[in-house]
Amino acid sequence: MPERATFRLKTGLAEMLKGGVIMDVVTPEEARIAEEAGACAVMALERVPADIRRDGGVARMSDPAMIKGIQAAVSIPVMAKARIGHFAEAQVLQALEVDYIDESEVLTPADEVNHIDKYAFEVPFVCGATNLGEALRRLGEGAAMIRSKGEAGTGNVVEAVRHMREITTGIRRLSLLRPEELAAAAKELPAPLEVVQEVAASGRLPVPLFCAGGIATPADAALMMQLGAEGNFVGSGIFKSADPARRARAIVEATTHFEDAERVAAASIGLGEAMSGLEIAPLAEQGALLQHRGG
Amino acid sequence: MESLDGLVIPGGESTTMTRLIASAGLEDGLREHHAAGRPILGTCAGLIVCDTAHLDFIDVTARRNAFGSQLQSFEADLEVLGAGEEPLRAVFIRAPWVERTGEGVEVLASWEGHPVAIREGGVLASAFHPELTDDPRFHALFMAMITTAQGHEQERGAARG
Repeated sequence: MPERATFRLKTGLAEMLKGGVIMDVVTPEEARIAEEAGACAVMALERVPADIRRDGGVARMSDPAMIKGIQAAVSIPVMAKARIGHFAEAQVLQALEVDYIDESEVLTPADEVNHIDKYAFEVPFVCGATNLGEALRRLGEGAAMIRSKGEAGTGNVVEAVRHMREITTGIRRLSLLRPEELAAAAKELPAPLEVVQEVAASGRLPVPLFCAGGIATPADAALMMQLGAEGNFVGSGIFKSADPARRARAIVEATTHFEDAERVAAASIGLGEAMSGLEIAPLAEQGALLQHRGG
Repeated sequence: MESLDGLVIPGGESTTMTRLIASAGLEDGLREHHAAGRPILGTCAGLIVCDTAHLDFIDVTARRNAFGSQLQSFEADLEVLGAGEEPLRAVFIRAPWVERTGEGVEVLASWEGHPVAIREGGVLASAFHPELTDDPRFHALFMAMITTAQGHEQERGAARG
């Protein structure tokens, strides 16, 4: 008998996206531009993070009609964002047969305490994390893919760098510990002991680790890959730039050939204006950081 | 690519891979590898990339995402000709199936009437992902093809020498 929704099938799709770029899109037209540029998947959302940041208000799951339009427009996997803890939005996305659900801090959280029980779903989930403890807590809830949170909609890669380093150095630190030290480490992170043991033994997350949050240029994409990301999510960076199709192609090129500086340089020429960027410190003062949502 | 005895074209997104093959200038190298009779293993998107609508290395037409979205992804025990009597665990992720097979194509396994493992000349291809399980038997089939191809190359070399 065929078996569906096994953890291997859930992480398996993410494995197939490694080395690729997943692009935020708001409409079917943007989805087509993304696919044409070489995106390995698209992420459907109501507004890109930069617009959410500018307009304020409650950011929710995308309109189902828009998601269906995007699914009809492309043949690559279609992901969609649900609010943190909003399991009914996730149920709707599953009913729409999206390929992956992003339980995302970019949308306004629906629950300030609990995340979605991701084991209860057949569609796999990707979740954001700022450090290893957060990543492992999401895995404990059933996430099948992890991404850095970064600071979405800023065009500023500094937070993604911080989060990716936090996660990868955290993994290296765990792998140095002796077995009897892992319980204390789990308590300190905090994270479920079983997941801590698994990561300590293998020296890696049991699921693919991507970068998200602030990538705006090909060099940003190459930087994150060199820091250990297995692929990149790009949000506002593409469709808030002067020439989205061209920038999208360039970011795909830089993600694929991230160790070849000459190719990254060639891809970076003549792209027009990047999205305008934001400093993190003033946002922190205004309490406008998205990365602290869901911990 | 000249020094390769065999080449694996793994899973991924065939649309993306096709674009990257073009932008990275890999097509000539792939064609030379195939023309030299050196084996190729294509899995999932790798199967699609080898079909007549793409690189045309194998006389089949693949149907992309034939089973549907990720919700229809599945794993099942599958009997594969040449891989031993015990079925192997086949992992299908947004998988294609083969819609049309040309005359010289050997069907090694089918699921619900659709070919999902095929071989023609030096090309072995599957709609499922043998790389996602620990069972080495499908890869062993590929390794055997490489050994045979190397034997042929040596014979040709000896005949010339």
